[in-house]
Amino acid sequence: MSDASITEIVNKNLKKRYKKEASFQRYGQISILLAASFLVIFFTDIISKGYTAFNQSEIRLSIYMDQEFIDPEKTGDIEEIRYGNFDGLVFQSLYDLFPEVTSRAEKRKLRNILSSSAGIEIQNLVVNDPSLINKTLDLWLPLDDEIDMLLKGNIDVLLPEESRRVSDSQIKFIQILQSKGLIEGKFNDTLFTAGDSREAEQAGILGALVGSALMLSITFIVAFPLAVAAAIYLEEFARKNRFTDFIEVNINNLAAVPSIIYGLLGLAVFINFFGMPRSAPLVGGLVLALMTFPVIIIASRAALQSVPPSIRDAAYGVGASKIQTVFDHVLPLALPGMLTGSIIGMARALGESAPLIMIGMVAFVVDVPSSPLDSSAALPVQVYLWADSPERAFVEKTSAAILVLLAFLLSMNSLAIWLRNKYEIKW
Amino acid sequence: MITFLIFTAACLGIVFYFFGKKQALKIKSSTGSLHSLPKYYGYYASLWFLLPSILIIICYLLFAESFITNNLINSLPIEVQSLPDNELVLILNDIKNLAVGNILNSESFLSINEAAQFYNNQYVVLNQVVFYSSLILGLFTFLYAFRSITANFRARNKIENIIYVFLFSSASVAIFATAGILLSVLFEAIRFFEIINFSDFLFGLTWSPQIAIREGQVGSSGLFGAVPLFLGTILISLIALILAVPIGLMTAIYLSEYAHPKIRSITKPMLEILSGIPTVVYGFFAAVTLAPFIRETGDLLGLSIASESALGVGLVMGIMIIPLVSSLSDDVISAVPQAMREGSYGLGATKSETIKKVILPAALPGIVGGILLAASRAIGETMIVVMAAGLSARLSFNPIDAVTTVTVQIVTLLTGDQEFDSPKTLAAFALGLTLFIFTLFLNFIALRVVRKYREQYE
Repeated sequence: MSDASITEIVNKNLKKRYKKEASFQRYGQISILLAASFLVIFFTDIISKGYTAFNQSEIRLSIYMDQEFIDPEKTGDIEEIRYGNFDGLVFQSLYDLFPEVTSRAEKRKLRNILSSSAGIEIQNLVVNDPSLINKTLDLWLPLDDEIDMLLKGNIDVLLPEESRRVSDSQIKFIQILQSKGLIEGKFNDTLFTAGDSREAEQAGILGALVGSALMLSITFIVAFPLAVAAAIYLEEFARKNRFTDFIEVNINNLAAVPSIIYGLLGLAVFINFFGMPRSAPLVGGLVLALMTFPVIIIASRAALQSVPPSIRDAAYGVGASKIQTVFDHVLPLALPGMLTGSIIGMARALGESAPLIMIGMVAFVVDVPSSPLDSSAALPVQVYLWADSPERAFVEKTSAAILVLLAFLLSMNSLAIWLRNKYEIKW
Repeated sequence: MITFLIFTAACLGIVFYFFGKKQALKIKSSTGSLHSLPKYYGYYASLWFLLPSILIIICYLLFAESFITNNLINSLPIEVQSLPDNELVLILNDIKNLAVGNILNSESFLSINEAAQFYNNQYVVLNQVVFYSSLILGLFTFLYAFRSITANFRARNKIENIIYVFLFSSASVAIFATAGILLSVLFEAIRFFEIINFSDFLFGLTWSPQIAIREGQVGSSGLFGAVPLFLGTILISLIALILAVPIGLMTAIYLSEYAHPKIRSITKPMLEILSGIPTVVYGFFAAVTLAPFIRETGDLLGLSIASESALGVGLVMGIMIIPLVSSLSDDVISAVPQAMREGSYGLGATKSETIKKVILPAALPGIVGGILLAASRAIGETMIVVMAAGLSARLSFNPIDAVTTVTVQIVTLLTGDQEFDSPKTLAAFALGLTLFIFTLFLNFIALRVVRKYREQYE
């Protein structure tokens, strides 16, 4: 074959080959675009569902703190006041706004636009300051979660009355109250100051946040020293033998074991064998520590590897022992890298929920835990629990909890990146 | 009391460190020589002081409760002691509740108040014994260490040996953890297989773990055939891989071979965010957004798609593992030597031809390893399926049906209150064992393939 004919063949196919080249590149671009659009859809969906939860509709009522309701015996005793009829007080001031409502059924509908926590709020006010009795107070009180959903436009008023959870007359009441300017959306501080609740408008994530914080502290205290020590042993001291290989195989396997298996371990060992309490942050922290252990080891080993041998040689040169070399010279240089790796590992532990469900953290816990042995929720498990609740208002709450969770994860990861950029030494 | 002991011991430990150091300095100034730096003598003295406290506190945490409960049982009236075990446990709980100051609804027996008092007294006595004995013993061990400080005493070597032992035992925790996982799951699984035939579990076609409470109850057959679960798990993982492998692989190829550094600097963090999203969030997205969307799309097309369809779950799981596939493939693609690319360009191949004919075949083992790792992640994934997949086991491989998975069943079997030794609860451990062995197997193969491939080009 002559040179000319080869050139001819090549030239003939060239256009087709370039076309293929271009389309291959396009596949790559499309893949990246797809991945990016998943991320965008995902965040738009969660944010659009969740941002309204930071707002809570409230009603302004002027309430006369009638002694007849609060303390009919006029004892002035705090314990007596605690059992006063505060719900009655709130309902009375609501009835006063609608003198035309007289039938029992209508009155019940009117009452139900209020959150059941309204009476409790007033109770707390009066118990803390009994001098309020027989005075008139203007207060903002939370509305029921279904009414809140109605006001946020999540309930279709065009549906027939039976298929929505807000009745026609309740919609009428709300319209009247709105026209009087008595209803407003306020910042929902309950979300950050309350524990879990069956009533959406009273449910908050404080209990879950504290539970997660307790758990992560235990995870860090247990896993970080152990994992760093293990990494130091493997990188600096271990001889190359069967046993070391066996440890390495185990670490690699631990890093890949499904998280739910760690939950089974926690259930069988910590709860059934050692008799530790169920749903406690202590057990959760220990399980997460086991999960994070291999992650921190792998990161710490990389950090130790990046310290150049010349540092060690210099330390040996001035007569340091092996342990002195490692602890006084290598470890301080590797510590930022280790911390970065551990924070990323801790962020992953914070988002983990499957093992926590196994050790009973799905229990409904209202109180904010005060010690690692109390029953408690955790942030991701709270998301799981709320996602299971049928009320429309909990969808909003769930998305809000997710946003808080993502905010924590994002800040932990940013902290890790900041640490890396600030302290990483390029050798 | 124990917190106070820990605090006191820690403070005294610091004080004794300075005693030891001072003694060493004194010896140095009188004899003029010292084997180690003075601080090591301080550490040595302090460690000897802390040793009894540490040992006693560990024993206390492990055994105190059972020891005192035992004493308590022996102190109870004979007729209470001879009650069956489960009633005795209830009474013990009552006593302990009373002891911490809770109010009981009913009094289970007359002397319960005395029993609670006894329980509390025992704890007071034990706490005092623990407190004083650890401090006094510590004082003796400290004195022993203190007196052994001489100019020739090799304190540094002793301390270094202790540190070495600590490092070594930390590394061994990995082995204990694996053994712990295996044994804890294995023991319960063996108890399960004592009740249910092994082959019935592995090859049975019907999964309905409800056990009949009375004779002839409908739908409560207590059948533990796990094949439908395996099939559902495989179906969902397969859908996930079909979505994630092409996208992840093409992303990795584009990023390592074509992309402008600017695009790479945007895409990499984006993939990291995608991989950092907790799975419970993916599960919520699958259940609340994607599943209804798929069902409505199906209605438009005249298909009846279950709202917990395998399709929706699989797609979301696919999104979850895209970053995993892409980062693992990225590693192996950039490990292919540059010389191979240049050889191919020198022959006149275009970039895409080089990738398809040279780089991908060279990187194939590594990519396969990565896909296996991704598959093992998909199989072990729990939250997405728990929130968005079905609960009832169906023998189906149709992506628009609702199927259930191994992990879903583990969670369903273990949440809620059951007896701990009913086959229903134990079945969760048998499933866990299967899952553990299967993922272990996948990971083992994947890691071997990846490592072998890496050695080839090193």
